[in-house]
Amino acid sequence: MAHQNLILLAAAVMIAMIPLFMTFEGDEIFGGADGQAQEAIIEIRPDYEPWFDAIWEPPSGEIESLLFMLQAALGAGLLGYYIGVRRGEARGRRLAEGDAPH
Amino acid sequence: MHIMEGYLPAAHAAAWTAVSAPFVAYGGYRLIKIVREHPETKLLLAASGAFAFVLSALKIPSVTGSCSHATGTGLGAILFGPGVMTLLGTIVLLFQTLLLAHGGLTTLGANVFSMAVVGPYVAYGIFRSVRGIGGSLAVAVFLAAALGDLSTYIVTSAQLAVAFPDPAGGVAGSFAKFGSIFAFTQIPLAIIEGLLTVVVVNVLMAYSRSELKSLSLLAKGRTA
Repeated sequence: MAHQNLILLAAAVMIAMIPLFMTFEGDEIFGGADGQAQEAIIEIRPDYEPWFDAIWEPPSGEIESLLFMLQAALGAGLLGYYIGVRRGEARGRRLAEGDAPH
Repeated sequence: MHIMEGYLPAAHAAAWTAVSAPFVAYGGYRLIKIVREHPETKLLLAASGAFAFVLSALKIPSVTGSCSHATGTGLGAILFGPGVMTLLGTIVLLFQTLLLAHGGLTTLGANVFSMAVVGPYVAYGIFRSVRGIGGSLAVAVFLAAALGDLSTYIVTSAQLAVAFPDPAGGVAGSFAKFGSIFAFTQIPLAIIEGLLTVVVVNVLMAYSRSELKSLSLLAKGRTA
């Protein structure tokens, strides 16, 4: 399991890194797809006026990245906690059954 | 896949909200039912939501030269059924709307439909189908998560195409345009999501077998 997972994780990291070694044209590289879609809307319907504004926006890019980090950290923390709890339980069961610990 | 606040005409925004609302309500019903019948799976449920939280926060570069994010909804859909992920996905979208100004309240219905309804249901359907025809657990999980992810972005492209038909090419022309922004960008990310979901399921198979059995979702059909 651990071996297969290492290969899968390595593959995921590689796929994410390939674009970093490619060359792209245009002024905004690695911008968000959401923002590009917004630009496409304006291109198709130049007269379109968004009829509602975000009720609150992060005041700066730093605050925005802080909140994104917070989202990822909360998720990763909880996921790691879960795996740790279950792994500990599995080890406890093995010990109770008399298997030698690894 | 976030349609920005205010970027869907009011009629479209209202229609998608109406379409998504019953799915969210059903998700709440499923959540209560699972917690009541299988209280021992509460922590796994939280972990599935956490997985969606992490994956949807990570913006990953793609071969199109833009960045997008995975959805992470396939894992929970496979484990608990798609209904629950509608609710958990809605919570993720609300967090991003209110704190990050990604997505919006007026576009929440449309975004819930793509990420928290279609994605999980496609993932669940593919998982069941691949297992049904005898596919291995890893292959079924990979395809379910990857195609569920991709389907979300195809739906977003379609929603925008219907709302903003191209003056020359109509809805189809618009769909091609939004599809190239969202769906094409998403292909490598969908593969990444598939791989990561297999990693998590591998861990669960090693340490959480009793939970998986009580959910009976993985136990149904052939075991790995």
